[in-house]
Amino acid sequence: MTAIGWLQIVLFCAIIVAITPVLGAYMTRVFNGERTWLTPVLRPVEALLYRTAGIDEARQQHWLTYTVAMLLFHVGGFVVLYALLRLQAVLPFNPAGQSAVAPDLAFNTAASFITNTNWQNYGGESTMSYLVQMLGLTHQNFLSAATGIVLAVALIRGFARASANTIGNFWVDVTRCTLYVLLPICIPYALLLVWLGMPQTLGAYVDATTLEGAKQTIAVGPVASQVAIKMLGTNGGGFFNANAAHPFENPTAFSNFLQIISIFAIGAALTNVFGRMVGNQRQGWALLAAMGVLFLAGVAVTYWAEASGTSTLHALGLTGGNMEGKEVRFGIVASALFAVITTAASCGAVNAMHDSFTALGGMIPMINMQLGEIIVGGVGAGLYGMLLFVVVTVFVAGLMVGRTPEYVGKKIEAKEVKMAMLAILILPLMYLGWSAVAVVYPPAVASMANAGPHGFSEVLYAYTSQTANNGSAFAGLTGNTPYYNFTGAMAMLVGRFWMIVPAMAIAGALAQKKTVAASGGTFPTTGGLFVGLLVGVILIVGGLTFLPALALGPIAEHLAMQAGTLF
Amino acid sequence: METSKLRKRTPANTLLDLAIVAPAIGQAFAKLNPRTLMKNPVMFVLEIVTALTTVLLVRDIVNGSASVAFELQIVIWLWFTVLFANFAEAVAEGRGKAQADTLRKTRTETRAKRMVMPGNTEVYEGVLADDLQAGDLVVCEPGDIIPGDGEVIEGIASVNEAAITGESAPVIRESGGDRSAVTGGTTVISDRIIVRIMSSPGTSFLDRMIKLVEGAERQKTPNEIALNILLVGLTIIFVFATATIPSYAAYAGGTISVVVLVALFVTLIPTTIGALLSAIGIAGMDRLVRFNVLAMSGRAVEAAGDVDTLLLDKTGTVTFGNRLATEIVPVSGVSEREAAEAALLASDADETAEGRSIITLVQEKYGVQRQPAPAGAAFIEFSAMTRLSGVDIGSRKLRKGAIDSVLRFTREQAGAATPEPPGFRATVDRIARSGGTPLALADGGRILGVIHLKDVVKPDVKERFAELRRMGIKTVMITGDNPVTAATIASEAGVDDFIAEATPEDKLRYIRDEQAQGRLIAMCGDGTNDAPALAQADVGVAMQSGTQAAREAGNMVDLDSSPTKLIEVVEIGKQLLMTRGALTTFSIANDVAKYFAIIPAMFVAFYPQLQVLNVMGLSTPQSAILSAIIFNALIIIALIPLALKGVKYRPIGAAALLRRNLLVYGAGGLVLPFIGIKLIDLVVAALHLA
Repeated sequence: MTAIGWLQIVLFCAIIVAITPVLGAYMTRVFNGERTWLTPVLRPVEALLYRTAGIDEARQQHWLTYTVAMLLFHVGGFVVLYALLRLQAVLPFNPAGQSAVAPDLAFNTAASFITNTNWQNYGGESTMSYLVQMLGLTHQNFLSAATGIVLAVALIRGFARASANTIGNFWVDVTRCTLYVLLPICIPYALLLVWLGMPQTLGAYVDATTLEGAKQTIAVGPVASQVAIKMLGTNGGGFFNANAAHPFENPTAFSNFLQIISIFAIGAALTNVFGRMVGNQRQGWALLAAMGVLFLAGVAVTYWAEASGTSTLHALGLTGGNMEGKEVRFGIVASALFAVITTAASCGAVNAMHDSFTALGGMIPMINMQLGEIIVGGVGAGLYGMLLFVVVTVFVAGLMVGRTPEYVGKKIEAKEVKMAMLAILILPLMYLGWSAVAVVYPPAVASMANAGPHGFSEVLYAYTSQTANNGSAFAGLTGNTPYYNFTGAMAMLVGRFWMIVPAMAIAGALAQKKTVAASGGTFPTTGGLFVGLLVGVILIVGGLTFLPALALGPIAEHLAMQAGTLF
Repeated sequence: METSKLRKRTPANTLLDLAIVAPAIGQAFAKLNPRTLMKNPVMFVLEIVTALTTVLLVRDIVNGSASVAFELQIVIWLWFTVLFANFAEAVAEGRGKAQADTLRKTRTETRAKRMVMPGNTEVYEGVLADDLQAGDLVVCEPGDIIPGDGEVIEGIASVNEAAITGESAPVIRESGGDRSAVTGGTTVISDRIIVRIMSSPGTSFLDRMIKLVEGAERQKTPNEIALNILLVGLTIIFVFATATIPSYAAYAGGTISVVVLVALFVTLIPTTIGALLSAIGIAGMDRLVRFNVLAMSGRAVEAAGDVDTLLLDKTGTVTFGNRLATEIVPVSGVSEREAAEAALLASDADETAEGRSIITLVQEKYGVQRQPAPAGAAFIEFSAMTRLSGVDIGSRKLRKGAIDSVLRFTREQAGAATPEPPGFRATVDRIARSGGTPLALADGGRILGVIHLKDVVKPDVKERFAELRRMGIKTVMITGDNPVTAATIASEAGVDDFIAEATPEDKLRYIRDEQAQGRLIAMCGDGTNDAPALAQADVGVAMQSGTQAAREAGNMVDLDSSPTKLIEVVEIGKQLLMTRGALTTFSIANDVAKYFAIIPAMFVAFYPQLQVLNVMGLSTPQSAILSAIIFNALIIIALIPLALKGVKYRPIGAAALLRRNLLVYGAGGLVLPFIGIKLIDLVVAALHLA
């Protein structure tokens, strides 16, 4: 570990903290339907969209209507994407002549992109046409991100509103989110990436002759436009198979830094939106602080583990950290930081091979996802996931001050606890359950690249990543088999929607409640005590469940490595 | 305030009271019935897995497996865990039953004199109290036990309510007005009353009280339901966490026996709070009953913990209720001593609290000795018409009373309009402004001075209200006084707000306004006109001495009829919630140590390197598992006293309270099991149990 390395980490945190209130203030105005500096330009477009679609923007929806609208929207998105994947061979913008995607892979990919997971059982440049990349994948990158954000906003409204039956209008929220938040950031962002050296073309792949005289096909395409939203919307699906490790997808250290900032930007800002909407920004900062504590702990462990390298390598005379699977233009700290950020948020883009991390360095990304992607998390999903844990925390500890637990003025009662537990318990069912099946199912075991605890980690990581809608891969595992395609799609769909529906039920229940006035007897939810408590509950309730699995995976591997056994 | 040394009717039974513990042990076995246990999901799950493990044990005994001795011990401790949980509940119930039995004796023997013909109070028939229907008229004579709850419709009697309130001084019950309600089980001491029975058999106050203390009618409160959901959710999560382990182990080339899996599962699920949850609820109710307050539902007790605003009657809560003389101000030309002597004479026969306070003041402050009343003194008693009192000694006519009444008297005596002495009006105004009541003192046509009567605020109420404020509870004083007087007393007592010249409508409006702002309100009341406000309040404590209407409107009844009781009720409510929260936190925090005990023990056979996780250095894998199970069972027994007594409530504000409880029950819950399991392991190893 070096001072310059830590400086990068501190700089990253400082920039995120600085962006949070600015973007938070702007997004609050957007979702409150207030005037912003973009209104003069965008309002006519927005009005035209509502008129065309026949949406009455003044009409507020009950939580159930809101949720059903969201689900129908996803069914539609799924069907369109699946059709595009299957029909790409006969559709235009296919200079590389990609053939139709196999049904099981198309199913997995469609599920993956509508759930903001972007798990990729395919290599982008060798499987997808430009049309699919743009109209199918980039399109869903925008919409799944917008969906996550508006669901978080709807839940925030549940906390903020009192004695109300409605939590907003899904169509209006999605439109405003895309138009006022995502597009205005992505357009200049994509141009900046082009300037940094990223391709943006509809032209065909380039053939080059190498120095040895061999012929090499260099894949290009509309990369920058897809990468901008892939990062900002925490989607993570790479244009290329190598994702952000590919020089065209992440050309320089600066583009790398820009990308990790954009992964956290919206998720962090949403905590501020929460604070503003419930009338106390400190409530938002407390949530961000809890996320920050978990984040920094993760960064410290991974950075330390990667920088320390392994005793086996040291024994071979290779001093320094573990550079296996890392790009030299990023080095150890930028790779470790990227790995923690991409798994803390539900991004899933990777700039290094997590499979090649040390056992403990690779365990942190896994834990980040197992906690439910609440450390800043996926855009929106991170906040509502965190709020579910807040409900549980406030309920467990809130009783200790001698009052019915309440959070930002809302009493937390049976219904909220029921829904929060329902959402939280689905995570372990999915990743522990599917992993348990896979490790004893011979065809699934055959997909592992390594034996022993490392192979176990590959499978556990795959299901964890898909359930948590992260999409990053440990690599090593051959995921494009009918078995993994199908079970993975199940994990992604259940992991996404089984969380969302209870979260929306909570939003509806909370909106109907009166807001209780705060007093000296109110459980304090802004100070360090609450932050510590929240972190404790997340680790004990969310984290301990995975200890047996982690003990058999990365922990066993790490201890074996110390004893000189490798897998 | 006397609240700090509140009389408790029944002392808290000690845990070791054999009369409660012995039957509770029997009850613990009876409660193994799955249908009973089903109400407690965590314990029900525990019973199922324990039964399953027992079956496996039998199989292994038949097959002659090597690990039978270990499995037998695990199974025994699993059953102990279930039994300990049942025992906790049985002890809590047993303490209530002891109270109920005393009450029940009163009820069973009662016979009633039911009137046969309406209008004829002389003709009645003897029936069993249990056979009385609502609407029946009964005659109660001295020595009779009133057979049921009802209303006096004719007559006036003194009634001993010791059976209900524990207070042996008789109270007056009469037809009409606010003292017409009588309670079944109380005894008429003098006179004869006709009572209309208001309750149907089995629903009387006494019946409800018995059911309440026995816990027979106990329904889960909203918070308890939510907590149960949380516990069930955690249990399901741990099902996933443990059920997937055999597959992981199989991949790693090992096997895990079902008994070991069950052990891990049982130690992880929140058995501690699950076992003690209902005991905590019963004990909370019991604590309230011991403070002589009956709650109509557990929901009301929880609501008491949530209260934001207390509406307190000035009289009896904030002040002593009687105005007391604090000074005598002579007008110019009259000596202090002359005025004091006149005041003493004028009050000599005055038996009111005010009159007696004047005598005390004169003797203590002005050193005037009380002489026997002069012969021929004729005392003039206070009346609402004249609004003055005094004494005629020969031609000397001493009077004290309301200012305008005394001024009228002096005019009549002097025969002409005499000017008020200089400074008199100023003194009167000063006293009135300060919230006191001025009384004029006159000798014939001559005004001597002004007596200052003051509503004296009880000592230490101010601190009590400050305490409440720190807990975020706002106190509001309700008084019939004018706003000036009310404001003075309010600032002296340190209440946050007051309602002066309060009518029942004012109270109701105030409650609704506060509720609209999202606050929970508690109040107490006794009159029929309090009933709407009592019903509207989130916690309405009706006085036992009050009317039937008030008692039905409230959700609690205070048997001592003490208005300060509201504060204790709030504290008991808070204590109940705190105890639940503290034990839940403790229970969940315990899991960390249990993981570290069992996980290395489970996996070390095929991944020996995981021995590093055995941070407690437990002697063998089997001993580690057994120790965790034993700790898990014993902690229930160890925490029964805390569950019954409740976590101590301290008025230090929510943030400080949370920090404290988190440290004790959160951090304590993390650390204690590490120590406990290690110690048990040492014993287990020393005895070669595993």
